[in-house]
Amino acid sequence: MRAVCWNGKTDMRVETVPDPEILNPRDAIVKITSTAICGSDLHLYDGYIPTMKKGDILGHEFMGEVVELGRGVNNLKIGDRVVVPFTISCGSCFFCKKEMFSLCDNSNPNAWIAEKMMGHSPAGLYGYSHMTGGYAGGQAEYARVPFADIGPLKVPEGLEDEKVLFLSDIFPTGYFAAENANIQPGDTVAIWGCGPVAQFAIQSAWMLGAGRVIAIDRVPERLLLAQTWGRAEVIDYEEVDSVLDTLKDMTGGQGPDCCIDAVGMEAHGTTLDAKVDKLKQAAKLTFDRVHVLRESIMACRKGGTLSLVGVYGGFVDKIPMGAAFNKGLTLKMGQTPVQKYMRPLLEKVEKGEIDPSRVITHRLDIDDAPWGYKTFRDKEDNCIKVVLKPDGNGGFRQHGHLGHSHSHGGHGGNGGNGHTH
Amino acid sequence: MQDAVTSSSSQQGTGSFDRSTTGLDPKHDDSSMMYRVGQAAMVLSGAALVALVARHRWSGSQPDDREAFETAAEAESTPSIHTALTIDKPRAELYAYWRQLENLPRFMKNLIEVTDLGDGRSHWVGKSALGLKGQWDAEIVEEREGQFLSWRSLPGSMISNAGTVSFEESPNGRGTIVRVTMEVGTGLGKVASKLGGANQQEVREDLRRFKELMETGEVATTDGQPHGTRSLIGHLHNPI
Repeated sequence: MRAVCWNGKTDMRVETVPDPEILNPRDAIVKITSTAICGSDLHLYDGYIPTMKKGDILGHEFMGEVVELGRGVNNLKIGDRVVVPFTISCGSCFFCKKEMFSLCDNSNPNAWIAEKMMGHSPAGLYGYSHMTGGYAGGQAEYARVPFADIGPLKVPEGLEDEKVLFLSDIFPTGYFAAENANIQPGDTVAIWGCGPVAQFAIQSAWMLGAGRVIAIDRVPERLLLAQTWGRAEVIDYEEVDSVLDTLKDMTGGQGPDCCIDAVGMEAHGTTLDAKVDKLKQAAKLTFDRVHVLRESIMACRKGGTLSLVGVYGGFVDKIPMGAAFNKGLTLKMGQTPVQKYMRPLLEKVEKGEIDPSRVITHRLDIDDAPWGYKTFRDKEDNCIKVVLKPDGNGGFRQHGHLGHSHSHGGHGGNGGNGHTH
Repeated sequence: MQDAVTSSSSQQGTGSFDRSTTGLDPKHDDSSMMYRVGQAAMVLSGAALVALVARHRWSGSQPDDREAFETAAEAESTPSIHTALTIDKPRAELYAYWRQLENLPRFMKNLIEVTDLGDGRSHWVGKSALGLKGQWDAEIVEEREGQFLSWRSLPGSMISNAGTVSFEESPNGRGTIVRVTMEVGTGLGKVASKLGGANQQEVREDLRRFKELMETGEVATTDGQPHGTRSLIGHLHNPI
C-alpha cells in the first residue's frame, strides 16, 4: 500500500509498504477513504518531536471502511463505515473508565520512554513518534486499529466523509478546549490561533454560551474564516502594537475571562520573548516555543481560566508563574479524550448545527502529501486544512475559496469551484 | 541532656563536656565556629551510631514490622529490583494467573517456556536480548494463596535469582497493588541472570505487560506493523 513516511526533517515521502495485519484479537483493519494532515503533524515535519525513526508512517486523523476484524471485536461488522479517534484506548483501565481516554494505561507499548520524560505515560497515539508507541499512522491506504471495540465510531451513510472526518481529532479538540475554558454564560473568550483546531474552538465557545469570542492570528484567510464562519472579533498580532493592550482595551480593562491556546510549541510572535525562543530552539537550548503560553497568562483576567490544547512536548523556559499564581488562574490542558466527545458532536453534525468541512481548503491524492505538508506549514496557497484521499479520488491540487461550500457527494473530483494544475 | 537545657544558648548538641579541656572559648569568633563544628560532628556521629544500632535491633515494635525492616536493611546491601503497579482486578484472580507458571512467558519478555514440575519446583527456559538461550530450575520458597509468592533459582543453576511477588488490595478501592522484588546473583550468576530478564527496567516492563494482559486481555504491541524504509540504525528494535 502507499503510505506517507517520515524521512527526516521536512522530508516526507510516499512509499510503498506492506499492508497492515491483525496483530491482537481486538484489532481491526480499516481501508482509509479520507485522512488529514494535522497542525501537530507539523511538529514532526519540522523535526521537533524526538524518538522518530526514518520510515515511520504518519497520520492520526482518518476514517474509512472496516475490512478485517480480530476475533475479539464484537461491535463492528466488515463493511462498517467508521471514524477512528486519534487516541488508542483500552476502555478498561482506571483512566479509560473515567473517560480520560487520552491517559490510557495500557495502550502504549513504549510506555517506558514516556515515563522517563514525563513520570507516567499517556495513551498510545497513531503516527506520533515512538514515545507514544510508534503506531503506524493513517496517512495511508490501510491502517491497523487496536482496541477497535472502544475507539471507532460508526457513521451514517447520508453524511459524506468531509462532514465527519474531523470527529477523529480537531472538532473534539476544539470542543475540549472550549469546555476546559470553563465558559460561563456571556463570558469573553480569547483564542490564540485561527488554525483548524482554533476554528472549532471558536464554534464550540458559542455552543457553550460565550458572549464574545476574540481570535488572534496573523494569516489573512484564517482571520477571515474566524470572522465569517466563526463570527469572532479578530486581532492581527502583526498589525497591533501589543496584543495585551489590545485585549485590555477590547474588554474594558478587565481582560478575557477565558483564554484558549490553540497554538502550542511552535508559537510565533513579534515580541522579544518570541524571538529569543526561536533562537534557543534552533540552538536546542529549549524544547518548546511558548510565546502564546506567556502572553495568555499575562492577558487572562484575574481568576480566569487558561485552556491549552496546543501541543507541548518538553521543558520550557521563563513562564510567568508569578503572574499565574498571583492572579489565581486555573490552567487546564491535555490531549483530547476523543472517544468521550465523538457521539455528541456527531449528533450536532447530523442536526446541521455545524458543517466541519468549512475548514477544508485542499483535497489531494496521497502522493501529493509532501506538497501538502509544505503548503500547510508555510500557509501558502491560502491553505487552512489539507485532506488526503488514498483511494485516488483526491483529484487535483485544488485552491479553496472561502465561503463556497465544497459538497462533492463523497468523492473529491474538481467540483468546479477550484483551479486545477 | 539536662545540661543542654540549663546552659547558655551558645551550647548545642548531645550533652555537656568540659570546655576547659578543649581549649575552645566560645567568645572568640573562629574558635566558637570550631566549637560549633565540633558539636555538629558529635551530633552527626551520635546520630550515625543511633542509626547503626537501630538497624540491627529494633525493640518494642511489632514482629512483622521488625522482620520487614530487617529484610529491607539487608536488601539495601545487595543489588535488588523493586517495582509495583496497581491492576484493576481482584487479587485472587491475579495470584491465580501468576501461579499458573506456564502463563509467565505471555508477559515476561525473556522467557520462552516454564514448566511446573509439581511440589513447588519448576523448569525455566529463557533467552537474552541477543538470542542466547538458557535453562534453569527454580523452587517456590514460600507462598500464601492470593497474597504472595516467593521463589528462588536452585543452587547449581546457571541462573541465580530470587524474588517475591505480592498482591495487596489497593487501599482506595482501585484493585490490587502488585509488587515485585528480586535479587540477582553476583559474579557469573549475575551475568547469566540476564537470561532471567533481571534488570529493573525489564522487570518493570514485564509487570506492565501483566497489567495490560489482565485489564485488557492482550499485550499492546506494534511488532509486525508496516513501515517505510528504515535507516541502518533504524533496523534495531530499540526506538531510541
